[in-house]
Amino acid sequence: MAGTDLSSARLAPRSGFAGFEDRIFDLMDYRPYRYGVLAVLLLSVIVLPRFCSNYVLEIFTNSFLYVVLCLGLNIVAGYAGLLDLGYAAFFAIGAYTSGVLTSQFGWNFWLAIPPALLLAGTVGILIGAPTLRLRSDYLAIVTLGAGEIIRILARNLKNITGGPSGLIGIKRPTFFGVELNHISHYYYIFLVMVILALVVSHRLEHSRLGRAWKYVRDDEDVAEAMGIPKSRIKLSAYIMGAMFAGLAGCFFAAKMTAISPDSFTFLQSLMIVVAMVLGGMGKIAGMVVGALVMVLFPEVFRTIGPLRLLVFGVILILMMVFRPQGIWPARRH
Amino acid sequence: MSIFDIIAQQLANSLVLGSFYALVAIGYSMVYGIIKLLNFAHGDIFMVGAFIGFAILSLLTGVIGNGWLGIAVAILLSMIATGCLGVIIQRVAYRPMLAAPRLSIMITALGVSLVLFNSVMAMTNGQYLAFDTGLSFDGVDYGPIHFSYTQIVLVFATAALMVGMTLFVNRTIWGKAMRAISIDMEVCRLMGIDVNKIIALTFFVGSALAAAAGVMAGTYYGSIHFFMGFVIGLKAFTAAVLGGIGILPGAMLGGLLLGTLESFGTQIPWIGSQWKDVFSFGILILVLVFKPNGLLGRTTIERM
Amino acid sequence: MAILEVQDLTLHFGGLEVIDHLSFDVEEGSIVSLIGPNGAGKTSVFNCLTGFYRANAGDIRFYGRSLARRTPHEITQRGMARTFQNLRLFRSLSVMENVMSGMHCRTHMGALGAILRSPRQRHEEALIHRTAEECLDFVGILHHKDRQATTLAYGDQRRVEWARALATRPRLLLFDEPAAGLNFEEKHRFIELIRRIREQLRITIFMIDHDMAMIMKVSEKVIVIDYGRKIAEGNCQEVQNDPKVIEAYLGKEDEEPPR
Repeated sequence: MAGTDLSSARLAPRSGFAGFEDRIFDLMDYRPYRYGVLAVLLLSVIVLPRFCSNYVLEIFTNSFLYVVLCLGLNIVAGYAGLLDLGYAAFFAIGAYTSGVLTSQFGWNFWLAIPPALLLAGTVGILIGAPTLRLRSDYLAIVTLGAGEIIRILARNLKNITGGPSGLIGIKRPTFFGVELNHISHYYYIFLVMVILALVVSHRLEHSRLGRAWKYVRDDEDVAEAMGIPKSRIKLSAYIMGAMFAGLAGCFFAAKMTAISPDSFTFLQSLMIVVAMVLGGMGKIAGMVVGALVMVLFPEVFRTIGPLRLLVFGVILILMMVFRPQGIWPARRH
Repeated sequence: MSIFDIIAQQLANSLVLGSFYALVAIGYSMVYGIIKLLNFAHGDIFMVGAFIGFAILSLLTGVIGNGWLGIAVAILLSMIATGCLGVIIQRVAYRPMLAAPRLSIMITALGVSLVLFNSVMAMTNGQYLAFDTGLSFDGVDYGPIHFSYTQIVLVFATAALMVGMTLFVNRTIWGKAMRAISIDMEVCRLMGIDVNKIIALTFFVGSALAAAAGVMAGTYYGSIHFFMGFVIGLKAFTAAVLGGIGILPGAMLGGLLLGTLESFGTQIPWIGSQWKDVFSFGILILVLVFKPNGLLGRTTIERM
Repeated sequence: MAILEVQDLTLHFGGLEVIDHLSFDVEEGSIVSLIGPNGAGKTSVFNCLTGFYRANAGDIRFYGRSLARRTPHEITQRGMARTFQNLRLFRSLSVMENVMSGMHCRTHMGALGAILRSPRQRHEEALIHRTAEECLDFVGILHHKDRQATTLAYGDQRRVEWARALATRPRLLLFDEPAAGLNFEEKHRFIELIRRIREQLRITIFMIDHDMAMIMKVSEKVIVIDYGRKIAEGNCQEVQNDPKVIEAYLGKEDEEPPR
């Protein structure tokens, strides 16, 4: 075979920060190291409640919720390339469905989860089927509009959703007879949810479906030419993302015991987008980083308070211009 | 009031509403036409324009009063100031992104929107600001229908602006350049057109028009709020798409049409004002799904 | 036996007639080329065959079944694959991932299978990997499989496209200007590859290109179109000497001197 065999040639080492990133990746490629780091992280997260105040636990629990939301949006926007600006709507659907089923119909919390996921997925089909073929910028605005419609529905349908003041007095779930009413309970529940979401995301990414999402994202016409039914594939990403948010919504409602349409505004959708972009779209580790930053940032920089959004806006602009791949580095093949 | 009276009254309302939508939609359409970006921050530009006009009017009230003269000056100055703001924004946030994938520049626009929105929110502490004008509710009466002078003047002012825009785009050299760039930017560069300057001009004009609409809206509704840009942004986008994005008469037609649909829509018994926004968003989704090129748009065939 | 039968294919964009009542057949196991001057409508023919353009009139039959109104992915699933004139690889993905895309239509594990990692799913993944590697090996770039596709040399990127098309396990392979931008040696290797595809894999080949030497060297049948109309059809000898073909490319010789 004529031509240089470059298989064994090492790519020229990059200098500076990029080189540092590459060395970290090389380190992580070494299995024992990778599992070791993950094990240490997992252990620290598990024993954390013994050493921390309730306040810190609250923050971590919130960040776990954010991680799940980011992972869900990552499937839609990161893998499949569909910018969804109405993502909070699915979060709302999960929260309201489980909230209504448990408080008004006396359902067991855990049994209320499947219907919530089903409803979220169904709404995903209703919105997605006619709109996902639109071009990315149009799709963004349409999803924004759809999200607003759902929020307004939640606000106006007083009899079902409690109207503008929302749903209150949502019953706490019980787990094998123990009522979940302490923050550490929710810490562990959300932790399990996060680990589940991480595993599912990882398995989806490295599967036939995950690859199909990426093919459609990179060039949908060529993907179609390669035998991939692009509409169906886009819809599957949208539905999967909807269900992630729906799941998060169920647990959110249980933890807060009161929800209102104000938790599910466009701004909320936007914050999830910011977290995702910040961390690094399309990368699971990036979602964890982005979610942590989004939740920790206001806590650390309390003085900024009212200017929080402005800072995020500036960060978005700077990120897009200077480091569009996000905080978590992109692996170089 | 007879049915005709109601219709006539609603038509008057829809003319004013439609005018606002049209002015903001023109900015959306122009920017989309030239750089294929849906400037998500455009609604916030409208809002900023309103606030700048408010500030100017407050300053000038002592000097020239807050009647029509004061308002006219406020509109003019706000247009200029907001136009410059638009130019700065595109220079800082959008121009570096012109070669980047579409998703990236959309996200940048979201960032700009956040910055504008939060700045004004912080400056006003989230309060509604009363737009003090010396205008009264006086007007012309045809039987039970009342057309206030305010409505009449605003509609005429908007019409004048739109006529001016049309002349600008069709008769001047810059307008021609704008249309050329929207067809093929690379070729324009090769032909020696200073593309960057024309893009800046497009943003200036679009932002100025939105600012005019903003001050007029403040005048008409009597108060301004940092969140007013969000909804009008979406509605103006709906209007632009309804008429045909990238096409100037499309934005005007779409604006008027949407204003009419919305005004009459709220009269339908079970829609009412509670569902007004859902009605408009519903129109948006319907248009994009069934006729994405709008009423005046032409379907383009993509060559593989 | 003709596996592809095109009858009276007609396509127009607005007032412009792009394909004008075009009819031709492609026999099983043959190597057929479609040539014509620039703008003759060749890529449009491919786009109609693969379902990207909807023809205004006429019929396309693949193994006896009509392709009218079929979506591109259905057509690929039926066994017709293509490569692109302008290189269109999946930019953010590796060479291996690019080629694996071909196997999507030959497999069917979905979300549930992916999440549960059932034995059937793992088996299918192994099959996808194996097939992709075989295709990469067949075109000769297996050693590049983990590199990001866009970092390869131009000629190698073309080979990724070919491997990707092969991975769909086609029965008919459409090459749209496969040799564009290749140097002499790479073109030579491409000719060998085509022959191997035909001999070893028993795939029929239908090709568009401008390199006449290459076309004449490898094609068994040549179809010539100009302004969307077929002006000649036959083996290389017949087509090369056809006056209509010469005229289409070089223009007509003037009979009378201009006044």
